[in-house]
Amino acid sequence: MMTASDDTAAKSAKRSSIDFKTIGPAVALLILCIIGFLLNPAFISEGNLTNLLTRSAFIGIIAVGATFVITAGGIDLSVGSMAAAISGVMIIIMNNAIETMGSGVPTVLLGCGLAIVLGIGAGWVNGTLTTKGKIEAFIVTLGTMGIYRSLVTYFADGGTLSLNFDIRGTYRPVYYDTFLGLPFPVWVFIAVAICGWLLLNRTAFGRYCTAIGSNEAVARYSAINVDRVKTLTYVIQGLCVSFATIIYVPRLGSASASTGVLWELEAIAAVIIGGTVLKGGYGRVGGTILGALILTTIGNILNFTDVISNYLNGTMQGLIIIVAVFLQRSDWKLGKSK
Amino acid sequence: MAALKEEAMLMKKALGVIAVTGALAFAGAAVAQEKIKIGVSYPTPTHAWAAGMNWHAEQAEKRLEALYPDVDLILVNSPDPEAQASALEDLVSVHQIDALVVLPFESEPLTDPVLNVKKSGAWITVVDRGLSQPGIEDLYVAGNNPELGRVSAQYMKTRLKEGDNIVILRGIPTVIDNERFDAFMAEIEGSGINVLDHKHANWNRDDGFEVMQDFLSRFPDIDAVWAQDDDIAIGVVAALKQAGRDGDGMFVVGGAGMKETIKAIMDGETLIPVDVLYPPAMIATAMDQTVAAFKSNGPVAGRYILGATLITPENAENYYFPDSPF
Repeated sequence: MMTASDDTAAKSAKRSSIDFKTIGPAVALLILCIIGFLLNPAFISEGNLTNLLTRSAFIGIIAVGATFVITAGGIDLSVGSMAAAISGVMIIIMNNAIETMGSGVPTVLLGCGLAIVLGIGAGWVNGTLTTKGKIEAFIVTLGTMGIYRSLVTYFADGGTLSLNFDIRGTYRPVYYDTFLGLPFPVWVFIAVAICGWLLLNRTAFGRYCTAIGSNEAVARYSAINVDRVKTLTYVIQGLCVSFATIIYVPRLGSASASTGVLWELEAIAAVIIGGTVLKGGYGRVGGTILGALILTTIGNILNFTDVISNYLNGTMQGLIIIVAVFLQRSDWKLGKSK
Repeated sequence: MAALKEEAMLMKKALGVIAVTGALAFAGAAVAQEKIKIGVSYPTPTHAWAAGMNWHAEQAEKRLEALYPDVDLILVNSPDPEAQASALEDLVSVHQIDALVVLPFESEPLTDPVLNVKKSGAWITVVDRGLSQPGIEDLYVAGNNPELGRVSAQYMKTRLKEGDNIVILRGIPTVIDNERFDAFMAEIEGSGINVLDHKHANWNRDDGFEVMQDFLSRFPDIDAVWAQDDDIAIGVVAALKQAGRDGDGMFVVGGAGMKETIKAIMDGETLIPVDVLYPPAMIATAMDQTVAAFKSNGPVAGRYILGATLITPENAENYYFPDSPF
């Protein structure tokens, strides 16, 4: 496991050489993009790049939250189900609010506000059960994962919840419209990424997360309120899920039991590809963003070629993820003799 | 489920007591036996199609029990193959069913349990998914997957001409998906219509949206889309509208018979002009036929393969169930 002090030492030692820990994910993404371009030049068309960024926003935003949880030594498996459940409740509430509030902006704001409250609440439950309840995060979030998933199935009566068409008109621009050439979801993604980076790298809270993930006992003796910080990481995760949900719902205006399936694993994969250590103690928000982009790009490239059998998509994704992490973890010391 | 099992346990105990008490009790049991008891077992609905099936099963139960006071239909849904096997045992031991209508979770693990029900002397109707051993069921009711592909391709041929381009979004890689796809390709062959590519969209709206976005970036000229499924088609339509490529006679063919899609067809939507039926209501057909096996003077045993009807604005009304979840 890498401690915070180890890391600083490693960083200064490597400054003279190429620091693969930092640029590894960026190199991997660049290679992927070159492959994509060679397979089909339409890959770098403006439309496709916009699609890629917008699509990355869901997993990316959730993964920024997961970076905090994992850096502080936790794990959250419930995010995909949580997104589905929040989408479901949002749709039900907005549909019911039409009668009293109409189908305008206030109803959409009500839905979004509710999503944020639910996300924070769900995160707080995960966090409190982990810290005060002294249950392993894996078990707590495995439990809530099942609960949220079955709740959305129940709300939808096994089927699909659909947003009323009148509100869809009001809400639709949140996913489809652009500002300065970039779709709104990408702006949300950028904002969440910047806030996440500042919080992890420029505040005491960020340092506490790293310290707790590195060695919880030492952090406790250093008068860090461990339970509070850990609970807050889950609350941040819940908040990120809310943001992702708010931009997800206007896309197709529906939620069902198949919404957000495996998002938790994609988010965790994005975090790890980005260089954050799964055991905690070292986190990189910038890497997480690249990780999310890499994951989306793989899927995109596979859709752009028919060279590889459809049945082998999972194999390609798995291979690329492992290679990306390998590139970043191995002790490459180019241009520097041992 | 737990409550049901508990009830089953209680009834098992009660039956034991009755057996010990002797002949008088046997007479009582015989009176209860006079009703024709039909067990209906299917997976717990976790997606829209299955939820529609659940709804249609409940509707058929109400309708048939009102029609025939001496018919008792017992609906049981199970969350996994194991639970379904137990449910079948309970239907025999507790309810002493005269007939079973079963949509197996998976063919392999449920073949033996169904065979055991058969051994108890009950009539067996299998729905949608066949068992892995032939000759167990008296009646087989199913949709027609190859026909769904064929009918979709036939429609494509009526709308498109030689040299036109289509893309295909497939379901989850399974036998069902292969049957549909192979039949479609066989029918389209020789028509001069180009299939640009086919990718799996897993019968899922989000995947349909993303795969279609990529197809649109990749192929500048697409004339039609075979989405194979109504959920995928919803994602496809959203992607077409986003890219502004929903005009110029572009159309999407889905499949299954989702109520929203059928409503749109009734309203004359041009982007999804038709749908190909693979109806969850087939469970009701199976229940009807099973009751007919006891009530009708005509023979029922055999194979009942539903047509993959092409739903058009003219006939859409017959397939529209606004209260069903699907």
